[in-house]
Amino acid sequence: MNKRLVLDQKQIDITLRRFCHQLIENHDDFDNTVLLGLQPRGPVVSDRLVELIEEIKGIKVPYGYLDATFHRDDFRRREFPLKANETKIDFLIEGKKVILVDDVLYKGRSVRAAMDAMIAFGRPQKVELMVLIDRKFTRDYPIKPDYFGRQVNTLESQYVSVEWASKGFEQDAIWITEKVKS
Amino acid sequence: MSQLSTRHLLGIKDITEQDINTVFETADNFKEVLNRPIKKVPSLRDITIANIFFENSTRTKLSFELAEKRLSADVVNFSSSTSSVKKGETLIDTVNNILSMKVDMVVMRHSSPGAAHFLSRNIKANIVNAGDGTHEHPTQALLDAFSIREKLGDVAGKKVAIIGDILHSRVALSNIFCLQKLGAEVMVCGPVTLLPKHIASLGVKVEYDVKKALQWCDVANVLRIQLERQQIKYFPSLREYSLYFGINRKMLEQLDKEIVIMHPGPINRGVELNSDVADSEHSIILHQVENGVAVRMAVLYLLAGVR
Repeated sequence: MNKRLVLDQKQIDITLRRFCHQLIENHDDFDNTVLLGLQPRGPVVSDRLVELIEEIKGIKVPYGYLDATFHRDDFRRREFPLKANETKIDFLIEGKKVILVDDVLYKGRSVRAAMDAMIAFGRPQKVELMVLIDRKFTRDYPIKPDYFGRQVNTLESQYVSVEWASKGFEQDAIWITEKVKS
Repeated sequence: MSQLSTRHLLGIKDITEQDINTVFETADNFKEVLNRPIKKVPSLRDITIANIFFENSTRTKLSFELAEKRLSADVVNFSSSTSSVKKGETLIDTVNNILSMKVDMVVMRHSSPGAAHFLSRNIKANIVNAGDGTHEHPTQALLDAFSIREKLGDVAGKKVAIIGDILHSRVALSNIFCLQKLGAEVMVCGPVTLLPKHIASLGVKVEYDVKKALQWCDVANVLRIQLERQQIKYFPSLREYSLYFGINRKMLEQLDKEIVIMHPGPINRGVELNSDVADSEHSIILHQVENGVAVRMAVLYLLAGVR
């Protein structure tokens, strides 16, 4: 299979550490900032960021997981409904600065749905978007990340796969692969 | 991806164990939604649902309506007492007329067993059976099993006694199917006149002594005496029924274990259940009502999502 490496374990680690320093620069001691990992693949990234920020700055940033399945705009346009994941937000986001975290930004539809779902927990003061991979020129909605690891040019026929050692892969890696034709 | 093996929810008999678990997992997510400050999601915003009730209902109708509104569906309500059914219109004509107003789903309660099946064979919309006579009440069974799962962690291996008027109860039949599919042991208990003759052929234990039933079970699901369906007298008086089959606190205290008390409502206090039991810490009756909304949201969401 045609497979191209975008980021290896070391590069991912450097990127995540850069994210932390950027967040510290912009959010200081995080007294009014929360991280939300977008289900299903964002929480792996947000968990790592929470750990790293604690390691670097000694602060435990409040964080949660947000699932936007019930807010998607493709319900009844797919063959079957998508399976929902856990939403775990045990704080209100009213007046907070929210950083939405995901692995790959593609069409922007999940982020739109996530912003819709997020509003159910209050009106945030400011929302930022952080993604490891920004697939350029593929957006359906006017959505742009505030922080990104790497921008890549990809085709519709390609897929960005993110592998985590914590999810059973040999090591952390991000690849561009050709979609399997069914 | 999550999907049900059916386009309609007509009865628990027709669905699989996997279907039940899919409903439970989706209901877990909706239960979380119901605890948010804004308890509404836009999933069914382009769907219209007709609630057609040919029989009285408080809880079920309210619960379905709330579930539909929490999912942002458009809702139309119909009750037979104020409609042209009184003028002699047939069931299929009534429903077809409603459907020609572009309704996508129908939630129906009817006093005739099989009414929902009949409808599903004749019209295009998704049908959810909200009770058909003495036959089935699938969403009640799902929310009962969901509440047991929530309280005790699992349904498999648990012993559930269904106590009361089994003969006239659609809740009993749906509960038996649902609990057995999930691997629970089921017992029915009541006066001999209110137990169907061949009920044991469904693989349930039969008991006539309520104290023995309580001693055996982990969960007691107590049913109402359905006087409105009883054309003849099945027992001498309500007072006598209450003396032999009513559950009070003293009986629970005599057991050497804690059991969970359930009731699908409406309760006849002092008949099948005393207030000191219905309002006690053993009772999960109000949790059942709360879970009813989440379970019905899951059913509607999963059925509406299939193209």
